[in-house]
Amino acid sequence: MSMATREIADLAREIRLQILHTIKGAGMGHIGGDFSVTDILATLFGAVLKVDPKEPNKADRDRLILSKGHAAVALYSTLALRGFFPVEDLKTFAQPLSKLNGHPNRNKVPGVESNTGPLGHGFPIAVGTAIGAQLAKNGSRSFVIMGDGELQEGSNWEAAMFAGHRKLTNLIAVVDRNGFQQGSPTSKTNELDPLDKKFEAFGWEVCVVDGHNYDALFKAFTDPQTKPRVIIAQTIKGKGVDFMEGKAEWHHKVPSAEQYEQALEQVGKQ
Amino acid sequence: MSEKLEEFDNRIIFAKTLISLATENPKIVVVCNDSVGSSNLGEFRDLFPDRLIDVGIAEQNMVGVAAGLANAGFTPFVCAAAPFLTGRALEQIKADVVYTRTNVKLCGMSPGVSYGELGPTHHSIEDIAWLRALDSLPIVLPADEAQTKEAVTWAANTTGPVFMRIGRFKVPSVSQGQSPAFVPNKAMRIIDGTDITIIATGTLVSRAVAAANQLKSEGISARVINLSTVSPLDTTEILLAAKETKAIITAEESVTRGGVGGAIAEFVVQNHPVAMKLLGTDTFAPTGSVSYLLEHYGLTADSIVASARELLKHGK
Repeated sequence: MSMATREIADLAREIRLQILHTIKGAGMGHIGGDFSVTDILATLFGAVLKVDPKEPNKADRDRLILSKGHAAVALYSTLALRGFFPVEDLKTFAQPLSKLNGHPNRNKVPGVESNTGPLGHGFPIAVGTAIGAQLAKNGSRSFVIMGDGELQEGSNWEAAMFAGHRKLTNLIAVVDRNGFQQGSPTSKTNELDPLDKKFEAFGWEVCVVDGHNYDALFKAFTDPQTKPRVIIAQTIKGKGVDFMEGKAEWHHKVPSAEQYEQALEQVGKQ
Repeated sequence: MSEKLEEFDNRIIFAKTLISLATENPKIVVVCNDSVGSSNLGEFRDLFPDRLIDVGIAEQNMVGVAAGLANAGFTPFVCAAAPFLTGRALEQIKADVVYTRTNVKLCGMSPGVSYGELGPTHHSIEDIAWLRALDSLPIVLPADEAQTKEAVTWAANTTGPVFMRIGRFKVPSVSQGQSPAFVPNKAMRIIDGTDITIIATGTLVSRAVAAANQLKSEGISARVINLSTVSPLDTTEILLAAKETKAIITAEESVTRGGVGGAIAEFVVQNHPVAMKLLGTDTFAPTGSVSYLLEHYGLTADSIVASARELLKHGK
């Protein structure tokens, strides 16, 4: 593992530990989806995004929109560890009047770009920030992270069609393809595959990568583009804790005291 | 007063004003849904081809893209037929624009029953009730050319979301000689009176004025308020109406349930109850032209006069 890769892995480990502390402390959260998206966030915030925690609203910053807003704790943990706000604040998650709501709020949390939560909202917004950057000619890139179940929302396909039409080479959509939606596998609810062909047909470049492989993610995030790019990140819901991995019930289950200790031990070694 | 007043389509002055603002301010962009023609944006597109973003027939994407453009530092004017903008993209308006507090100007073109014979799918009579439920979204209903020009200019120069209705149904000027014609957050008292107050919006303001003139000839002194801003409600002016006159009539081209009438009634009943009559378009409309429909719903000067007589008779 190269130095850079080790740094991303270290960040990912710290994010997962904060997710565990935060969800255990609050007694609520979407731990399965937080863990599936963790390595994507760690790669973006660790090595890709041009963002400055001291100036979170800088005009030419890169934009990262977490469309799967229910993974708020993963985003909060990442932002806190990157210095957007004190790590200590994570303890207030979901407490009365905390800035850290169950879904992210741009006006309360530095580094959050939009108030997401209802699914299918982030993609059109990222198309808008990408067009804005092209108009402003400031080199800003836009990234949106969606859950895979979320792609059942029609608004995403409106956005995909338009981004393809405009050939937005400064836009990357990431699908956290963990294969599950709230209660069951996406394949049983409303099949998404062939997802790659769907995006290709809409005028996109498609990268299918292991969503827990930092080098593969980094390359997919940084290779030059001739079209808007979708990264279908094949992920494991609950990734990093063996008894959570691939289990639908860990969508928003809270670990018991014993499970919490086991999870900390497993993640701590990563 | 039988001479016919000259009437104007507010979309014309809307587009002219937007072009003049965009000439000065490079951050102003337009986002639309295949609505260049219906929103009268052809000239804007010719002058600023890069700054007109036409997403095609996709309203959810349209509002999301506008929210993204605002995030990127632009001031997007979303120009789309009011029923589709507010109905199809309501959740985007709620979450991406109003809750996120993005600097998006939502311009509902051809609102109310102005699509006449095209029917209830194309009428936008629910928009006020839907959007008034959202926390802190200014809702502006310019009643004529002068107000449209000033309201669009205000919207461009204020930070944060705004919803405004831009009518296609031709209306006469109701703010002649008034300067400014539009004051943000203020109801405009355009005729003073002591017996009854008529609070009207948009297309109904000129009809309220005609009603007041008719009432005057009958010896009834009617106050007319042009409620060009529905949210936030100018409660000072409405409280004065409730205290200084005996009854209130509201007239709007939208449903009164949750609409303008509903807004005023909510305030009046809690602060200074007086007799009220709410006039609006409260059902899915039958087939008919705009003029026919306004008559069908009693949104005419004669009908306002009849309501005034009725209220004052019972109020004594």
